[in-house]
Amino acid sequence: MTPQSAFMVLAPIDPRREAELERLLVSMNGAPGHARADNALVPFGRFEQVHVARFLIVDDKTVSDNGAHGIPTPCYPRGLAFLGEVDGEAEAFLADVSAGASEGLRAIFACCDGFGAETHLLDWLLAHQVSAAAAYTNWRGRTVRRVREDAALRAVLERHVDRLAPQLEHLEPRAVHERLRALVLEDATAGRIALSAEAPTPLRWTLANLLHLASLPAAVVSVLVALFVVLSRAPRVALPAVAMALAAVVLRLRHLEKTDPELCAPPAPAEVTALATIEDHDVTNQFSAMGSLKPGPLRLGTTVLVLWAINWAARHLYTRGRLARVRSIHFARWVFLDRRRRVLFISNYDGSVESYMDDFINKVGFGLNVVFSNGIGYPRTRWLLADGCGDERKFKDYLRRHQMPTQVWYKAYPGLTAVDLERNARLRRGIDVTSMSARDAAAWVALL
Amino acid sequence: MSRDTIDFDDVQGLVRFGHGPLPEAVFVLARVTSAAAARAWLRLAPVTTAASTSSPPATALQIAFTAQGLEALGVPLSVRAGFSSEFLEGMADANRARRLGDVGWNAPAQWDWGHEATVPHVVVMLFAKPGQLGALVDRTCGEAWRDAFEELRRLGTADLDGFEPFGFKDGISQPTVDWGQRRDPASGRHRYGNEVALGEFLLGYRNEYGKYTDRPLVGADASTGGLPAAEDAPEKRDVGRNGTYMVMRQLRQDVRGFWRHLAREAGGDETAAEALAARLVGRTRGGDPLSHGHRTIPGVADADAPRRNQFTFDDDRAGVVCPVGAHIRRANPRNGDYAYHETGVTRLFADLGLPGSAFQDDLVSAVRFHRILRRGREYGPSLAIAEALRPGPADDPERGLHFVCLNANISRQFEFIQGAWLMSSTFAGLTGEGDSLLGHRQRIAGGGGTDRFTIQRDGLRRPVSGLPPFVRMRGGAYFFLPGLRALRFLAGASG
Repeated sequence: MTPQSAFMVLAPIDPRREAELERLLVSMNGAPGHARADNALVPFGRFEQVHVARFLIVDDKTVSDNGAHGIPTPCYPRGLAFLGEVDGEAEAFLADVSAGASEGLRAIFACCDGFGAETHLLDWLLAHQVSAAAAYTNWRGRTVRRVREDAALRAVLERHVDRLAPQLEHLEPRAVHERLRALVLEDATAGRIALSAEAPTPLRWTLANLLHLASLPAAVVSVLVALFVVLSRAPRVALPAVAMALAAVVLRLRHLEKTDPELCAPPAPAEVTALATIEDHDVTNQFSAMGSLKPGPLRLGTTVLVLWAINWAARHLYTRGRLARVRSIHFARWVFLDRRRRVLFISNYDGSVESYMDDFINKVGFGLNVVFSNGIGYPRTRWLLADGCGDERKFKDYLRRHQMPTQVWYKAYPGLTAVDLERNARLRRGIDVTSMSARDAAAWVALL
Repeated sequence: MSRDTIDFDDVQGLVRFGHGPLPEAVFVLARVTSAAAARAWLRLAPVTTAASTSSPPATALQIAFTAQGLEALGVPLSVRAGFSSEFLEGMADANRARRLGDVGWNAPAQWDWGHEATVPHVVVMLFAKPGQLGALVDRTCGEAWRDAFEELRRLGTADLDGFEPFGFKDGISQPTVDWGQRRDPASGRHRYGNEVALGEFLLGYRNEYGKYTDRPLVGADASTGGLPAAEDAPEKRDVGRNGTYMVMRQLRQDVRGFWRHLAREAGGDETAAEALAARLVGRTRGGDPLSHGHRTIPGVADADAPRRNQFTFDDDRAGVVCPVGAHIRRANPRNGDYAYHETGVTRLFADLGLPGSAFQDDLVSAVRFHRILRRGREYGPSLAIAEALRPGPADDPERGLHFVCLNANISRQFEFIQGAWLMSSTFAGLTGEGDSLLGHRQRIAGGGGTDRFTIQRDGLRRPVSGLPPFVRMRGGAYFFLPGLRALRFLAGASG
């Protein structure tokens, strides 16, 4: 199994070269905001490990919201982010792309501060990496090559079914499966399709993943043990102290929830148009949003803790096509910026932005609230989990207001949703097994 | 959470009634030529209200405005800016068109009306008992009308006795409006129910989220004194209250093309063609659902047509009885907030997405946030199947549907149904197909087609491929259908 990784390079833009940068980025696109796979600057299609990638001008128009909390508006330089999800290690991809698209990347990053003619491209990219606080992958181990093979497999299966329908129609599902499987294996032998085997899982990754898996239970156990030790040593002092500390945190949080300002004005029409222009060209869309955290250690602590838990869950629980009940996300991540004062949220989702937001509100509203309510201006929550995004209009305006246009976006498999990928993978699994139960065979046949 | 009953005298009749007893209708699209004359005409217009009368009226008149219309009337920007962005941008917006499937030959640039110079300002909808429409039109569109407006189109309608032009019984399923606001939407809806919050269809009331939808609120002063107070901001006056948004789309139906294609597909057998058509629609021509998933649905009273609406697709998730892509299934998938029925701890697990592994789980959203009230009318003469199969005359009249629907949130209701369900090539995990009736059959990014229709079966599915488009978009617009007090306010507005 080849695990996926997220890469991200971020650098401040040289204000004198912004116009040039924007021109360069636009030159990469076919449809508005959508990179051509063979564009001259970074021909993404040539790098087989890239699932999705984007160039994003990080320019948060909501920084002045800090004023609502009495904080002076910080002045952040506009940044250029180059980020995406790849098969294998992020560093390996950066090495590949800096070798294979050196000229284009140099032209782009020359518009950033501190990048000169003699800068070593790869070293510079590596030095400007920013890691994610939490990252979600729809299906761990599904490589771009596998996505393409599965899609080709499905096309071949469909053709066989169309051609042989009269013969297959009266067969039992198990017999249909057997027959189709034999045909597909013939296709593979003849080289018409590829059914390559999974690469072995890197040992280092497996070990690191196991350690990471243990981190959450270990943390929980440590806290419980610490509590137990403290409470048993000096129960008379510790019990009230712990109870009071907890109560203080809860009451403080509740107080903040009741008094934090809501900033959910609808974004300006021109900004919405800029976002809409680059949406709905494919079945999948990109989403880039940014906001500042509410002040104080409590909000920061909650965010750090929650993102850590989400990252843990994404890595160990939600690795098979579902983020809780949501099935439309290919990749998503949260990134802390500016010493954890700002958070960047990145997503690649299926369907329109409206359906994306509805899906979230109705299926995992509690998850949205617990993360995003620590951002300035989020609609009022109750006990971190309730309300918040339940105020649909405010939430949608809030999110849209924080969204930034993604200048260049690439997806290696246009036309395919995450659900398509899952169906195709299930079809492939049916080819990898020699025989099936009647029930499994019926389910497999129904996928066609 | 029962509230005060609403003031039906302030609501246009169309929201509550489809004006069924008034089978004749014409929709007049017009542009304002003189704002002052238009305001004067509007102040005197005898708009039909939703108040019930002992005997239904012989005629009805309803009025709605586009965003351009409000501007032309001189409604100040400060008021207009309070309307929802979909309404303000309009249906023909290029980015919206992509989302709604108005591409290819459905593209706004190809429309007869509703694009650029042909965007109407106002629609006056006239309904009458048989034989009385002509007099109503003359009465309505007299000299005062001509001084104020320039007519863009008169959209005539036909009474096909409840059948749409392809020959199917239409308008069977409508949401039941919770006029009394008895249901608490915040409690959620585990299973499919038909009763929907008033605020989904009328502005100024709580919607399915228990919240209020976008509409302009204005300060209380002499000019706004006639407006009702806003429920959620009592110090403000509510321009939207008792009004709603209205979507209008003229859909031309190729009735001959439809039946000819299906007859070819069925090997020339008319009965088989009809059976195939029933699969595409999800109901027989008479209106009986293919689905046997009988359920008692809260909010459905169908004493006169038993079982036509008392069903869901829960027992037929694979689509073996009613194809997953059937028109009525795309338009209303009839599911609740959960795809499965759990309580307590298992419910918590379901919320966290831990047990789900079936391919069909959670592919389609809960429908209670995506309902519309349909108020459309057909146009063109009816055409029997046998006749449709014969070559048509050179001057074959156009047939179709003036699709009209009412909703408080165009983007979450009409646009969601149209974009995420009907026109989507990936609805419910399907692939390569758009709506069986409305689909544009254009290719999508990545090269995939949308011209298939899949009939799921216990074994291998049966694909119907190479479907031509049967429906062509001829024009459309988003309107605001104001309450009566708001109408007087808008008509009294001075630049």
